[in-house]
Amino acid sequence: MAVSLRSGVTLGVLAGFAALPILTELFDQPYYLDIAMRMMCLAIAAVSLNLALGFGGMVSFGHAVFIGIGAYAVGIPAYYGEYSGFIQIPLAMGAAGLFALVTGAICLRTRGVYFIMITLAFAQMAFFALVSIEEYGGDDGLVIDTRSEFGGLIDLEQTATLYYLILAALIVSLYLVRRIVASRFGRVIRGAKSNDERAQAIGLDSYRYRLACYVISGALCGLAGALLGNFTGFISPDMMDWTRSGELIFMVVLGGAGSLFGPVLGAAAFLILEEFLSSLTIHWQFIFGPLLILMVLYGRGGIDGLLGDRTGGDRHG
Amino acid sequence: MAEPLIAVRGLCKSYGGIIATDNLDLAVSRGEIHAIIGPNGAGKTTLINQISGSLRPDAGVIRLEGRDITALPPHARCRLGLARSFQITSIFTDFPVIENVALCVQARTGHSYRFWRPVGDDAGLNARALASLERVGLAGRRDHIAGHMSHGEHRQLEIAMALATDPKALLLDEPMAGMGPEESARMVEIIAGLGADHAILLIEHDMDAVFALADRITVLVSGRAIASGPPDEIRANDAVQRAYLGDAGPDLD
Repeated sequence: MAVSLRSGVTLGVLAGFAALPILTELFDQPYYLDIAMRMMCLAIAAVSLNLALGFGGMVSFGHAVFIGIGAYAVGIPAYYGEYSGFIQIPLAMGAAGLFALVTGAICLRTRGVYFIMITLAFAQMAFFALVSIEEYGGDDGLVIDTRSEFGGLIDLEQTATLYYLILAALIVSLYLVRRIVASRFGRVIRGAKSNDERAQAIGLDSYRYRLACYVISGALCGLAGALLGNFTGFISPDMMDWTRSGELIFMVVLGGAGSLFGPVLGAAAFLILEEFLSSLTIHWQFIFGPLLILMVLYGRGGIDGLLGDRTGGDRHG
Repeated sequence: MAEPLIAVRGLCKSYGGIIATDNLDLAVSRGEIHAIIGPNGAGKTTLINQISGSLRPDAGVIRLEGRDITALPPHARCRLGLARSFQITSIFTDFPVIENVALCVQARTGHSYRFWRPVGDDAGLNARALASLERVGLAGRRDHIAGHMSHGEHRQLEIAMALATDPKALLLDEPMAGMGPEESARMVEIIAGLGADHAILLIEHDMDAVFALADRITVLVSGRAIASGPPDEIRANDAVQRAYLGDAGPDLD
């Protein structure tokens, strides 16, 4: 069978990301490389949120907190002179996963709007906690003067190296989510989203599975934060502001919740729109806002939905 | 006599002033189909919800094979061999039929903290799921998206899903609800086939089906059992005739 439109788009976008450093070098437009790096970091975060939201039905309104935790897990060690990525990256994922475990254990006892509000509440708690810690810059944030070091294996001070590390992390994240969703565990998660009462009636303790899913999602989002921190070289509590969480949700919905690659398309479309509209007018949010509303109302299945019907069940493109 | 598989003693449940279950005793043995009949609002589904664990009784004890399960959550009861079907179809609508059932098999066989291997290729799960589908006559629809099937097929899938958890006891909440005569007849056949090796508690409004299937019938009115016995006895019982079957009741000759 010929390559489907959906896999064609997936491969095309990833190939585009892979070729971009060469193109920006050729046309001397390094600025676009920056946008692409930001795009890929947020895409990883959106892919991780999609695991919880799209496949698990957990509408977390606090996912940016994991980005913040991941970034601070790079920034704080760096502040004390610890630059090893072999410490920072596991710390970022571990701390984000732990935060997800503790808060998720409480949040997941609630459903619907309550879940949304309580995830938001925990994220805001973390936000204000960091604002209040003067040692790490408080409100003003923290400059990361040296990017993560990997014992001389790769040198992230080379922007192209950082770029390809982020791209590799994105591809690995996608592959990971694809495997998880199609696994026994993934089927339970999707089943609990589809019909939780039935899932319990057939003997599944869905709470535990949801919690495990939430932890994986949080840890992956922590990785996105660690990479973002390396890229921006500056971190602040602003990274985990609730508006950031809202943007992540929007990227997932825009791209297509519950589709594997949709969140990447959503993150890309979001940043391109933001970039384009803000170049037109400083009041760009007046156009952006209504546009988002229209897309949510009429764009069923998001951008991914435009690529044709998705098959349900185990097969996710 | 051997201990009944499901034993309910002194079960009570009320909502404010409304008594849904009134000091109810009930026993179902292996190989027995025990039907619960009664007018709407008699507390039939409330009873099933308490036995399956989605509703906590105010008082009373529920035992499965002699073990007190009154305080266990639904998923734990299912693992002990108690399965239910739902009055209002409750399936994984966006899953293919085979996956609906395979998830039930998977839930029963335990290992769901496996994150890597594609579950769709699991031949063991699929074979057992298919066996359940065959028992209800749905094997030919295995790859259809469950939500797209007919109402009758949904009812069959309900049963297949309950069966796939390999239960000892089945709680069937109006399996014939909304079915035409042909589909009903088919469902009667399916349930009769299950009766031999399961303890079945059957709630059903279709009196022809109830009297064809049940070994024992309990009549529930306002949460209270007003009569319990073999079908012939129930048919002849005056109190039942008055309270429930009445003039508008089905032809019981």
